[in-house]
Amino acid sequence: MEVLFSLLVGVFFAAAIYLMLSKFLVRILLGVAILGNAVNLLLFTSGRILREVPPVIPAGLDRQVAVTANPLPQALILTAIVISFSFFAFLLVLSYRAFQDLGTDNANDMRVAEPVADSAPPTGY
Amino acid sequence: MAAPAGSAIDLSAALVLAPAPLADWLVILPVVWCLTSGAVLLMLRKNLHIQPLLAILALAVLVVLDGLLLWRVVDGGPLTMVMGRWLPPFGIAFTADLTGALFALFSALVALAGGVFAVQNIDGSGRRYGFYPFLLLLMAGVSGAFLTGDIFNLYVWFEVLLISSFGLLVLGSEPKQIDGAVKYAFLNLVATTLFLIAVGYLYGLFGTLNMADIAIKAAERRADLPLMTLATLFVLAFGMKAAAFPVNFWLPASYHTPRIVVSALFAGLLTKVGIYSLVRVMVMLFPVEREELSFVIAVAAAATMLLGALGAIGQSDIRRLLGYLVVSGIGVMLAGIAVGGPGVAGAIFYALHSMVVMTALYMASGVAGRLSGTFDLNGAGGLYGRAAYFSALSLILFLSVAGMPPFSGFWPKVMVAKAAIDIGAWWLAGSVLLTGFLTMIAVGRVWALAYWRPSAAPAGEGAGAGAGPGAAVVLPLSALVLVTVLVGLFPDPLLSQIQAAATLLADPSAYVDSVFPHGAR
Repeated sequence: MEVLFSLLVGVFFAAAIYLMLSKFLVRILLGVAILGNAVNLLLFTSGRILREVPPVIPAGLDRQVAVTANPLPQALILTAIVISFSFFAFLLVLSYRAFQDLGTDNANDMRVAEPVADSAPPTGY
Repeated sequence: MAAPAGSAIDLSAALVLAPAPLADWLVILPVVWCLTSGAVLLMLRKNLHIQPLLAILALAVLVVLDGLLLWRVVDGGPLTMVMGRWLPPFGIAFTADLTGALFALFSALVALAGGVFAVQNIDGSGRRYGFYPFLLLLMAGVSGAFLTGDIFNLYVWFEVLLISSFGLLVLGSEPKQIDGAVKYAFLNLVATTLFLIAVGYLYGLFGTLNMADIAIKAAERRADLPLMTLATLFVLAFGMKAAAFPVNFWLPASYHTPRIVVSALFAGLLTKVGIYSLVRVMVMLFPVEREELSFVIAVAAAATMLLGALGAIGQSDIRRLLGYLVVSGIGVMLAGIAVGGPGVAGAIFYALHSMVVMTALYMASGVAGRLSGTFDLNGAGGLYGRAAYFSALSLILFLSVAGMPPFSGFWPKVMVAKAAIDIGAWWLAGSVLLTGFLTMIAVGRVWALAYWRPSAAPAGEGAGAGAGPGAAVVLPLSALVLVTVLVGLFPDPLLSQIQAAATLLADPSAYVDSVFPHGAR
């Protein structure tokens, strides 16, 4: 199971990086969304993947009998999901505003902050 | 440990039962204070006149808290507090050692100066859109990053300060800002995601997220764990946050776009969080891997500092020039980290110096731009004739950023260069010196053109001519300049603490003892 998930994580990362290498904001956004999910899956896989065995210690014992999945990475994922969701929402709005204000979704044409024909500094008085 | 119902359960095996001494609350107070006052300011954001007052008061309290924390850490060694009273490594630990406390204090000083400067720089609409709440939340993220002892928690604070910085960056919503913010937001998000990947692998390898625990386990199990991969990922992620070449292009693309005080705060705080994390992880947790990677970091450092300084020479906009100087300074800090040993103390010293001086430089550029009506070196001029005191302050900052004695930029550069020569990396020491020379050319030209050159417009004309900079602007600027002068003239008190901090990083046994008292772990 872990092997399958590792391969899946690899595919996710490949797709995310391919999309993020694009110069169009929408594709980069999709890439960022997939990247966030790739990382979440990676964390998930690192905590073992098993059927639904609760990580609860039976009465009278002081350690678990069954092999269970580690619950901590799942808690980390919850945090990471919340964070990546809010960031994605912000980026979505930012990209839409960029499209409205700058009239393009092509990162190569976004040269308002760094103009192409910028004057050189003076060389003397 | 299931016990039959009714019998006593030994809680001391899982919980810290002794109540924390009151003074230990100082570890968490800076974060709690920033979050609380940020929330209060958010509720009061319609009250435009009371906001600056409250925010400046809150930031002044933050400086006091961080000062007390530093005093206590200097006095009694690292302090630890664990959330929920779970015994470490299970509870999330906040651990303040000398390095963290020093960074926290300087960041609070810079934020206070920024808060005062913003009174004039941020207008009513900026306040309505929440400049001060964002500033306080940014400080919560920055203080949390400096004081936490848990690596996943460090990631969370990174995100807190990142989302607040997004809010500050787009304050005003000019097309230029949107353009800069797109590049800043996407690239920084990728950097923190890389950091999260590294944290995920780290937990997979060690089964713990507590930094003290990782330091112990890394030393014990170095032979059979793929720590080099992990260390490389951390270097890439933090290098991107710190704006190291070749992953630094988000910084010159965005830092000149927002309001001046926002640029000033970003230049002072954000990249230094990356440097702090790099020091914490590479020097304290993975020292052997840092040694292995030192050549790679050194090459990146030399490229960062030289290309940053060359970029600064090529700019005609003062704010963009300063963006490249921020990058150039990062190179010197990376050089210190690459060299290791006494170089780490140099890197920490340079980071603290850079926090103060880069913030002040951006503030000065804002004043200069307002007085001469343009940020472009082609049109600026005559500042010396209009505002002599302000020009003197600027000159001190220019000399300090170039590393001229007797100001604060001199000592850390000497430390880094000497440490590099001591291990035979003469080329690295040479790059530090050459960077100082190139920086001097860049800022010297700003001085000659914008300050010394007679104004192109006749006296009494041009935007803002006649009206000198107000007290709300001169006061924080003077305070920061005073810091750089005092540190430059009397470096010993700070230097001895920084060297103690670097020693504690190289041998973290005091840090570990504070997290696991009585050797329990």
